[in-house]
Amino acid sequence: MVKFNIKNLNIWFGQIHALKSVNVEIGANEILSIIGPSNSGKTSFLRMLNRLNDLHPEFKMSGWLEFDNEDIRKINIEDLRKRVGMVFALPLPLPLSIFDNIAYGVKMHGLKRRDRVSEIVERSLKQAYLWDEVKDRLDVSAFKLSGGQQQRLCIARTLAVEPEVILFDEPCSGLDPISTAKVEEAMLKLKKDYTIVLVTNNVKQAARVGDRTAFFLSGELVELDKTEKIFTAPSDTRTDGYIRGKFG
Amino acid sequence: MIMRNTQRTQKIAFFFLFLATLLIVIPVGMIVVIIFQKGIPAINWQFLSDIPRQGMRAGGIYPAIIGTLYLVLGAIIFALPIGLLAAIYLSEYAKDNLLNRIIKLAIVNLSGVPSVVYGLFGLALFVVFLKFGASILSGSLTLGIMILPIIITTSREALESVPQSFREVSLSLGASKWQTIRHIVLPNAIPGVLTGTILGLGRAAGETAPILFTVAAFYLPQLPKSIFDQAMALPYHLYVISTQVPNVDEKVRYGTALVLLTLVLFMNLVAIIIRYNFRKKKKW
Repeated sequence: MVKFNIKNLNIWFGQIHALKSVNVEIGANEILSIIGPSNSGKTSFLRMLNRLNDLHPEFKMSGWLEFDNEDIRKINIEDLRKRVGMVFALPLPLPLSIFDNIAYGVKMHGLKRRDRVSEIVERSLKQAYLWDEVKDRLDVSAFKLSGGQQQRLCIARTLAVEPEVILFDEPCSGLDPISTAKVEEAMLKLKKDYTIVLVTNNVKQAARVGDRTAFFLSGELVELDKTEKIFTAPSDTRTDGYIRGKFG
Repeated sequence: MIMRNTQRTQKIAFFFLFLATLLIVIPVGMIVVIIFQKGIPAINWQFLSDIPRQGMRAGGIYPAIIGTLYLVLGAIIFALPIGLLAAIYLSEYAKDNLLNRIIKLAIVNLSGVPSVVYGLFGLALFVVFLKFGASILSGSLTLGIMILPIIITTSREALESVPQSFREVSLSLGASKWQTIRHIVLPNAIPGVLTGTILGLGRAAGETAPILFTVAAFYLPQLPKSIFDQAMALPYHLYVISTQVPNVDEKVRYGTALVLLTLVLFMNLVAIIIRYNFRKKKKW
């Protein structure tokens, strides 16, 4: 089943042509890794999928972008973002307690019953492997947690609204190897129920968790294939150069 | 030789820089010292709680204190909601187009208008045209318009200092733009908004010109009963007893000045405390 169907997508921020004729299909329950040097357009691509690029005052797009066979621009934007969650590059807790961070999304969607909210908070924290570390201090500020804990909090917060797709934007760029391993473990378990798109600067991470890997360079999708294929026998020499660390 | 010259030039430069800085402190210090020195003897319970007697040469300044508090309260009721809503629009919704640039330019210019012009404007619009008469309502509205630019500018700064990433996180969870403003942006901007409001009120409390034609009474034997009554006010009362009434004891004048100064300094102090507490608690 195809979740996202993207055809001939071009986007601009003012004069900058950030994505050039990108064609991608993203299937349900797969992990798609996106690699590429800085300014290659990988984050811009990710932010197309939940329309966060629309916040840019000079954003323009052309082409075709379907989510569940529906034009993404025709879907109510709040519904779209509820169905397509996002975890950002830096841990970004909201200035609220741990509990309220997780509960924020469902409360905004109108859930009022306190017991239901508590259930969701507990379930989400367990899914993100954070529950045992925070269950006794749910009412302290989320800023009191360590960086790795904060990032798992952000994953739990995204899970709490029960999305179908989770977008990870370099989720481990600020984390140590142990925290990174925990986040990757969570991602692999989540694959069963969610479609995951992972943007990463860490080529090895893409190799570890991605079913398929896409390589972006200067706004173009250079190559997209099964992860083993990309890392053993890439068909484009630029892909080969990047994963061998020759540039980027 | 060159080295020593450089050293000496530097020392001379520092000396003059320091002198210039010191010159700022001296007048402020002297104002406070003189007002306190000459005003303190007048301050007692009767001075603060009695109406003026013997043609304002004796008695107290209670009606003027109350009048100023009413005016400040009226100005905040009018200016805070409008100023805050305008700031939210400008910082969160306004696109960069001609109309919004004109609005921003108007706000900048509004803050540069001399206060006596506000007074005349209030007289024409509220007192005469809208027939509110010389009243607390007219005076409060005039003072409110005068402090609007302060409130809008500081509120905008407070709203814009809330990190963009918080907005993105909230939106990415499916919250609407308004929910994001209401639950994430506003709560974190409130201390800044309050600081600006109090600074604006301090200004409103001390101004004479805007209330001159719109509310201030020369002398009233009783307190105002409704917002359509005239009221006495501290700055105007000070002007009256300093220039219009002969043979007023010096300590009464300085006592009045002291009460006004203390009121304004107190408001500024509250603003500083709010800002300090917020900075300490700030989590990002």
